[in-house]
Amino acid sequence: MNCDTYHHDYRALARDIRKLSLEMAYHARSSHSGGALSMADLLAVLYGGGFIRITPETVDDPLRDRFILSKGHCCASLYATLALCSYLDADDLREHYGDNGTLYYTHCSNQLKGVEISTGSLGHGLPVALGMALAAERAPRKYSVYCLTGDGELDEGSCWESILYAGAHKMSNLCLIVDYNKLQSMGDVKEIMDLEPLGDKLSTFRWNVIEIDGHDTDAIAEAYRNFIKEQERPTAIIANTIKGKGVSFMENNIFWHYHNPNDQELKQAEEELG
Amino acid sequence: MRTAFIKQLVEEARTNDKIFLIVGDLGYNVVEPFAQAYPQRFLNAGISEQNMAGMAAGLAMSGYNVYLYSIGNFPTLRCLEQTRNDITYYNGSVKIVSVGAGFAYGSQGMSHHATEDIGVMRALPNMVVCSPSDPSETRKITHLSANYSGSMYIRLGKAGEKEIFTDGPCTLKLGDLHCYQESNAPCVLLTTGSITAAAVDWVKEHHVDTALYSVPFIKPIDGEQLCQLAHKHSNWIVLDEHQKSCGVASALIEQLSDLYQEGAIEAFPKIRRLEVNDEYIHVAGDQAYLRQITGLQLSEAYFK
Repeated sequence: MNCDTYHHDYRALARDIRKLSLEMAYHARSSHSGGALSMADLLAVLYGGGFIRITPETVDDPLRDRFILSKGHCCASLYATLALCSYLDADDLREHYGDNGTLYYTHCSNQLKGVEISTGSLGHGLPVALGMALAAERAPRKYSVYCLTGDGELDEGSCWESILYAGAHKMSNLCLIVDYNKLQSMGDVKEIMDLEPLGDKLSTFRWNVIEIDGHDTDAIAEAYRNFIKEQERPTAIIANTIKGKGVSFMENNIFWHYHNPNDQELKQAEEELG
Repeated sequence: MRTAFIKQLVEEARTNDKIFLIVGDLGYNVVEPFAQAYPQRFLNAGISEQNMAGMAAGLAMSGYNVYLYSIGNFPTLRCLEQTRNDITYYNGSVKIVSVGAGFAYGSQGMSHHATEDIGVMRALPNMVVCSPSDPSETRKITHLSANYSGSMYIRLGKAGEKEIFTDGPCTLKLGDLHCYQESNAPCVLLTTGSITAAAVDWVKEHHVDTALYSVPFIKPIDGEQLCQLAHKHSNWIVLDEHQKSCGVASALIEQLSDLYQEGAIEAFPKIRRLEVNDEYIHVAGDQAYLRQITGLQLSEAYFK
């Protein structure tokens, strides 16, 4: 199976990303399913639509586009995407995610094909992505670097150091995708450290800001097109999402930042996802 | 030392187009020769060490050999997690270069005293830790670093340090101890960094019969050379402008302990540690004064 088998049916790919993510969480008894589900559509369009110029055959090509998952605790969603696009083995993930001695620890690991860097501590992805983008800018041929962060992650000062640099230096080959699901570890983003007005802040930092419904696949695709066309500024896609998207009892429920699905919950989630 | 470093780096970059220098808005009147010669491989990342370290990691992952230059604690402590997670975890080709080792910026207060950096840096897997004692060692270590593909920490003094090792080209290899003078006396004095010059002057002035070695590499240290030293000398004095808990003496003692346990040395030497004794400095003072009040002073009694 690879991305092409979905024929740009992003909804189908996102559905399968969500299902596989939950199966992995079930097997590993791992947490962070809510954040894995909220970002699934963003990955489905990025990889399924071929916006990111990388394939399983070009993971070592110096001119490949890079994707950095900065919210590394939600790596199940990325791994599922990579499995459904032929970088990784879906059955192996389903059966061994989190198992002792495997490379599948439950934060993002660069030991896996298609994964650029290991992440887990928040606020690390964007500076590294920026360094990669700078290397591309100084090279004869440009490539693009995508970095997906959480919203709570933007509490980290390191993110804003990078945001300031990228805007000031017109790093137009850098795309920040914010999975803005409005819930962080201990509760509402708005109450813990309100990011608003996030779009205005990023605009003031000289970014090309695109605010979208992060589950509207057409809007996501249009946002990626917008980024690819942009020549002057770094692009920030603020994707308004729902934590736990697609599973009724997980949606907007902080419990699923921590809980792993049991038999019954997995069964019900899979039925709802279709 | 900083000038020796930059001059050597400019020279290395002439034939090595992978060398990239990032500074954290520091290095005025020092780094300009590099910036002017290789503008495409130079960056002032501003005052943002976390971002700077992350960018260095990203550049290294893209094929560059990155030098990250700043003062004392800024490129080491301020961005430690970036160094751990994004650089040394991959053994990334990033060379963290700090200037102002120990109390070199003494009068500027405790924020500028770099007295924990050796311990912190050597705790990181994959990190090579270098601490040259004079400009000649600085040039050699810079040359070695330009041809080394992993992570490295280079701890420099400041400016105006005199040449200690003047007997021809420096032939150091990674891990070497650097002999200033041999002796058949039981004593050996081991030092690192710019305080080595003070130790050399003191030994000359007091006509003390002792071997004297610079320790330009704190990680790794060549075990065979350490064994030879332990066989020959039973009384070690370690002088180091750094906290006692995790400095050069700690590195030496830990490795000696392993060698002793393995049976590679028959007797464990007596080791006197002249290092900062688990304290911060609250008063003003230049480097010489701060060395004095923290007990980094040699005494003839130690060599008897």
